[in-house]
Amino acid sequence: MIDALGRPQSLLLLGGTSEIALATARAWADAKPHVTLAARPGPARDDAAAALTSEGFEVDVVDFEAEDTESHPALIDRVASRRDIDVALVCFGVLGDEEEAWTDHAAAVRLARVNYTGAVSVGVCLASVVRRQGHGTIVALSSVAGERVRRSNFVYGSTKAGMDGFFLGLGEALREHGGRVLVVRPGFVHTKMTAGRPAAPLSVTADQVAEAIVKGVADGSDLVWVPGLMRGVMSGLRHVPRPLFRRLPL
Amino acid sequence: MSERRQFQGWGRTAPVMATAVTGTAGEVGDLLRSAGPRGLIARGLGRSYGDAAQNSGGEVLLPIEGQPRLVGDRVVAAAGTSLHDLIRFLLPHGRFLPVTPGTRYVSVGGAIACDVHGKSHHVTGTFGAHVDSFDLVTPDGTTRTVTAEGEPELFWATVGGMGLTGVVTSATLRTIAVESGWVDVTTDRFEDLHSLMAAMREGDDAWTYSVAWVDTLSRGRSGAGPGRSVLTRGEHAARAALDARRSGTPYPLPGDPRLGAPRGLPSGLVSPLSVRAFNELWFRKAPRHRSGELQTLATFFHPLDGVADWNRLYGPAGFVQYQLVVPDEAGDVVRDAVATLAASGHASFLAVLKRFGPANAGLLSFPMAGWTLALDLPARPGLGRLLDRLDDAVVEAGGRIYLAKDSRLRADRFAAMYPRREEFARVRDRVDPGRVLSSDLARRLDL
Repeated sequence: MIDALGRPQSLLLLGGTSEIALATARAWADAKPHVTLAARPGPARDDAAAALTSEGFEVDVVDFEAEDTESHPALIDRVASRRDIDVALVCFGVLGDEEEAWTDHAAAVRLARVNYTGAVSVGVCLASVVRRQGHGTIVALSSVAGERVRRSNFVYGSTKAGMDGFFLGLGEALREHGGRVLVVRPGFVHTKMTAGRPAAPLSVTADQVAEAIVKGVADGSDLVWVPGLMRGVMSGLRHVPRPLFRRLPL
Repeated sequence: MSERRQFQGWGRTAPVMATAVTGTAGEVGDLLRSAGPRGLIARGLGRSYGDAAQNSGGEVLLPIEGQPRLVGDRVVAAAGTSLHDLIRFLLPHGRFLPVTPGTRYVSVGGAIACDVHGKSHHVTGTFGAHVDSFDLVTPDGTTRTVTAEGEPELFWATVGGMGLTGVVTSATLRTIAVESGWVDVTTDRFEDLHSLMAAMREGDDAWTYSVAWVDTLSRGRSGAGPGRSVLTRGEHAARAALDARRSGTPYPLPGDPRLGAPRGLPSGLVSPLSVRAFNELWFRKAPRHRSGELQTLATFFHPLDGVADWNRLYGPAGFVQYQLVVPDEAGDVVRDAVATLAASGHASFLAVLKRFGPANAGLLSFPMAGWTLALDLPARPGLGRLLDRLDDAVVEAGGRIYLAKDSRLRADRFAAMYPRREEFARVRDRVDPGRVLSSDLARRLDL
């Protein structure tokens, strides 16, 4: 159960090797939640599980492949049958190479499959668990890139825009079933996914995103920006006319 | 009849959806047999602060109603009867309940399931100590009349058992004779917790009812430590003690709340600032010493019942109540808790200190001889960590926290606080092997 102060007893991390997911589990360490790491088998998952275990978490690992949507219903049902899923983090995604993403058919389709189709697929499965449980929070890791899609990474941005819209809508649908959806829109996050790329203004760390998630779950929020200032910036950018927007160095 | 509905505790935290079901006492067996995979829990008037009477995704049985009957000096009441209605029924007969908690708006079934206590615990013990028998429907659908003599194990697993051994449908309770509906009250004011606790330790045995209100935000004046307080003690007033005006109405009946908290209040009304202001007023209002004041039962026992839905004052974020008990020699834990709160700025609007008498045989019953402190705290960031630290101190001292109030305890700490939980689990294995009876509290504490 999620307790009165918004602290979960069990976490499902879909994209269990994501730095933000692991930082979020650690941010809840004092509640000692049980953690299920859903990720592709391999050394990254083994390392993540071993690290959490050594920090006192009880950890299960399950095989998860975002593109294999056929496998999602059975997988999520299996996890939910062991214990309630109090908080599920949908935190998998690929960034890809921006130029390859729109010029290479396979790369574009893969981005769309992982970031959008995969997210929708687990979202629907999680929603059915939440309805059955009568409670539960789904945290969807979106991005400011989805708020106004830019030329510089529009394939990625469009997948995030799609998943963002889906989860906001899912939150409305689950409200009457006792569930919550928290959509998180971080700006540039310093992680291995963005390693080697120049940091954008207002960049944040995985720990800062984790902190915002923990607070958002406790407050029952449905949308948070990280950093909070990004909300103002993006709502300004969103209304910039297209011809002008085109010229901005974004 | 069944309907999907949102449930939450009195603290208004952690709301969940469940199916509300209703039925007569005779239908409970069928409801238990047909319960879905997430089980069923009975709910009274929803005054448990946390998640004891909610069952996310499962079924919640609403109160079973009926008219109380007096049989000699016993009263037979349906489980859903409120103590409010029961007291209104008993008083004109010159009778009263031996144990009444801080609100009349709890049900008989809930009072048994939580084994509630009142200001008289050091003299009378808990509510469960005055239960002659109750009718219990177990998940196999059978109804049995349980007494402490006939089936002590099941009786003491059910008293304080948070509704997890079966559904109580009615109970026979012992009552006491009272010459009036008035209480003869003595009030004393203390500048710090130390002098309050000394006075309570020395004088409480001389009184049937005793309770202290503590200002958790006071830093103490020169020479005094934190925790200025007001101690109130009382006895049922004899008929001869009533003046002419009062002897005309020797049994004034408690009424319904005259005030109500409006809907839609924001969070943050109960803040360190407002609590400080209230506490200042409350402390100054109390006399340094006053005796012989006659108060109605309602004023003395249930001051908060005058405001309907007072829990809304905490706004949408809600609040948690934290009630601890520690043995007599661990009074330091109480002082440390008050000091820690004062230092952290987490404001408790109500802080109540009492002394308990010896524990009873209830397997999960809360009271044990010593000090009990109850705090109402707005749900705010950082509170979880603070209360976790207090939990550790309570465990260390051999104490525990009250499940009827709890909404955030961790399963491992619960296990350390309630050493008889394994005996409790054995009773459940016997009467409810399929764990049909379930609640969010049971899930959270791995009960």
